[in-house]
Amino acid sequence: MKYIFVLLLFIGLSPVMGQAQFEKALQTQLILATDGDVIEVEAGNFQISGSLSLEGKKKITIRGKGMDKTVLNFKNQKTGAEGIKITNCENIILEDLTVQDSKGDLIKTMHVKDIIFRRIKAEWTGGPKPQNGSYALYPVLCTNILIDSCIAIGASDAGIYVGQSKNIEIKNCTAYQNVAGIEIENSIYADVHHNHAYGNTGGILVFDLPDLIQKKGGFVKVHDNLIEDNNLSNFAPKGNIVGKVPRGTGMLILATSNVDIFDNKILNHRTVGVGIISYFMAEIAIKDKEYDPYPTAISVYKNTFERRLGRVPLEGRFAQIYRFKLRFGRNVPQIVYDGILDSTRCGSDGQYLPQHRICVHQNLNQSVANMDAEHDFKNVRRNPKELDCVQEYVKSNQF
Amino acid sequence: MRYLGFILLLGLFSYQPGPKFPSKLSEYGLFEGELKNQLPHSGVTPYELISPLFSDYAHKLRFVQLPSGKSVAYNPDSVFQFPVGTRIAKTFYYPMDERKPNGSRRLMETRILSHEPTGWVALPYIWNEEQTEAYLEVAGGTSLVEFKNQQGKKQQVNYVVPNVNQCKGCHERDGKMTPIGPSARQMNASMQFAHGNENQLDYWSRTNQMRDVATSRPQFVSYIDESASLNERVKAYLDINCAHCHNPKGPAKSSGLFLDYRYYGTTAYGMMKSPVAAGRGSGGLQYDIVAGKPAESILHYRMNSHDPGVMMPELGRSIVHQEGVALIREWIKSLN
Repeated sequence: MKYIFVLLLFIGLSPVMGQAQFEKALQTQLILATDGDVIEVEAGNFQISGSLSLEGKKKITIRGKGMDKTVLNFKNQKTGAEGIKITNCENIILEDLTVQDSKGDLIKTMHVKDIIFRRIKAEWTGGPKPQNGSYALYPVLCTNILIDSCIAIGASDAGIYVGQSKNIEIKNCTAYQNVAGIEIENSIYADVHHNHAYGNTGGILVFDLPDLIQKKGGFVKVHDNLIEDNNLSNFAPKGNIVGKVPRGTGMLILATSNVDIFDNKILNHRTVGVGIISYFMAEIAIKDKEYDPYPTAISVYKNTFERRLGRVPLEGRFAQIYRFKLRFGRNVPQIVYDGILDSTRCGSDGQYLPQHRICVHQNLNQSVANMDAEHDFKNVRRNPKELDCVQEYVKSNQF
Repeated sequence: MRYLGFILLLGLFSYQPGPKFPSKLSEYGLFEGELKNQLPHSGVTPYELISPLFSDYAHKLRFVQLPSGKSVAYNPDSVFQFPVGTRIAKTFYYPMDERKPNGSRRLMETRILSHEPTGWVALPYIWNEEQTEAYLEVAGGTSLVEFKNQQGKKQQVNYVVPNVNQCKGCHERDGKMTPIGPSARQMNASMQFAHGNENQLDYWSRTNQMRDVATSRPQFVSYIDESASLNERVKAYLDINCAHCHNPKGPAKSSGLFLDYRYYGTTAYGMMKSPVAAGRGSGGLQYDIVAGKPAESILHYRMNSHDPGVMMPELGRSIVHQEGVALIREWIKSLN
C-alpha cells in the first residue's frame, strides 16, 4: 500500500493534475513527510488558494525544478496569512522555486533550527505597492540560517528579513523594489555579504527594536555588497518602523551594537550612504526597560561611496530634519551619526570609551557628519574627529 | 482525472500519523445511537466554555473522554493537564436557522484531540453530505454552507477545515501541541447535563473525573453578556480568541503582543504599542490600541478585516465577527 501511495503522490504532483488537486496533494505530502524526505515539486505555474505549511519535521528538502520554472502563485489566496509557513522544524532546505503574490508574507519560517533558502525567488509581481505583503523571505526566531542566491522583489516592508534570530548568513542575494532590501532585526551573529541591493527605499538595514522577545541584536558584519540607487519612494504602510526610512538610504543602523560595515560599494543614494542612529530618532516613546536604544561599537571602513551633488528628496520626517536642521545643502555627507550618547558608556572626556566608539576610516570618498541630535542639531559637525578612530572589529561569527 | 483524486483520497485515508488513528469518527466509539445526534457514550462528558472562540458563527459541541479510572487535576490558572489517553472531541455545526437552535443542523467537522504518549495530536474529521459519518482528512478542506442568521437573513460561509499543521498553528505552546479551551475560568459555570443543570466543575469533581477542585474558583464572564462589565467581557474575548497565539510561549510571541487576560492594561496588551512586523496589517495606523480611538487602533482594524493578509485571528474565520468587533470598539472608546 505504501508504494502505491508514494507512486500516486508522484503522479499527483504532475502539472496535468487540476490546480486544486495539486495543492491538496502538495499540502498532504508536507503533512505526511517523514524525516529525511525530499519533496520534489514539478515545473509549472500553480495557483495556490491557501497557505502551505510544514510543521514539526526534521531533515526535509522542498525542491522545485528551478527559479521561474516551478512557480507557486498565491494571487487568489483565500486562507492563511503567508504563502509558505514552516514552523518548529530542524534541518530544512528550500530550493529552486519561485513564490509569488501572497496576501501576507511569502515564506515565513519560525522556530526552525538549521534552515537554508537557496535559489528562491520571492516576489510581488505588480510592482512596489503598499498592498503587497510585508516580507518576501522571513525567518524569525530561527537559529542557523543560510540565505543564498535568492531574489526578493516588492515587499512593503523588507525583501529579505531576519528577525529575532541567531547565526545568519545572507549571500549572493538580490533585492529590489522593496521598502528595505535586506533587514537584520534583533538578531545576533549575522554575516551579510556579496549581495546586490538596489532600487529599494533603503538598501540594507540593521535594527534593534524594543518590546520583543529577543531583546538585543548585534555582532553583524555587512561587507562586499553592492548597494546602489536605493531611492525608491517609501511605500510601507504607516505604523511600521520601516516606514520611517527615508528614500535614498544605502544603509541604516538603528540602535544595534557591534556592527562592521566594510568593503561595500555604496553608490548613488540621495539621502544617506550609511546612517547610524539611536531609537530616539524614531520619535517613539520607549517603555521597554531592558531595551538599549544606542548604537555602539560600530566600524565603517574601506567602503566606496559615490554620490552626485544634490539636495535630499523632500519626503518624510528625516527629510525635514535634513532640510531645516542639518542644512547640508547639495553637498550631503555619505555617513551620518545622530551623536546621541549613552552617558554610562562615556569616559571623562564625555566621549565613548574605546570599546563603544563609532569609527569611520579609510573609505573612498568618505564624508562624515555628526548631527548633534542630542542638542537639537545645534552643533552639526562635518568630519568630526571623535569618529576618526580604529577599533577592534567584530569577531568572525559562527559561520 | 476524476479517479486520480478519488484514489488520492483513499491514499489519505490510509494515513497513520504515528500510532493508528481511525479513518472514521464512528470508530472512536464516543457516541451512541446515530452518530449525527452526537449523544455521548457513558464515560464521555460534554462540556461548555463560558466565552468560546469565534469560528465563523459555527456552533460547537465539546466532549472529553478521560482514560478509564483516570482523573485530571484542578488548577485555577491554565488549561487542565489531561492525562495521556484523554480524547477531546469538538464538533462544528450550523443550525439551518439560528433562531431555531434545536432545529435541523449541518455538521461540518469533528476535531479529535488525542493525548498520545508522545504528546497531543489533532485530527480533523469531515462530515459527509449524508451526515452519517465523518472521515479523517489531514489536508483539511473547504465547503460552502448556507444558513439563516439571528435576523433571519441568509448567510453564506465558505467553511474552512484546517489541515493538521494549521491545527497546531493555534494549539501550540512552547512548540508543543496543547488544548486551548478547558480551564477552570472557562468551565466554572452551570450547564445542562442529561441529569439536569449543574456546575461543570462540581460535576467533574462529584464524578471523580477531577481532583482537588477548590471551592473558590476564577470565572470568566461571557463576552456576550451585556450586564457584565466591559473590561471583563473584553478580557474574556481577547483571551479565548487571541491569547492562544498571543502569549509569551505561543506562535505569535515574536510580535510582543500578549492578549492573555493577565496582561490587561499593559504595553504588551497593545496599549500604545507599535507593531513589529505587521506590514499592511497595520492599516496605516501607529499603535495596536489608542485609548478612546478605535478607528486609530490596529487591533480593531485587523479584527474588522476578512483579508487573509490583514485579519486576526489569521486562521479559523473567513468573515468578521461583528459582535466581537462592536465589543472591542465600545471598549476602546471607553478607555482614556
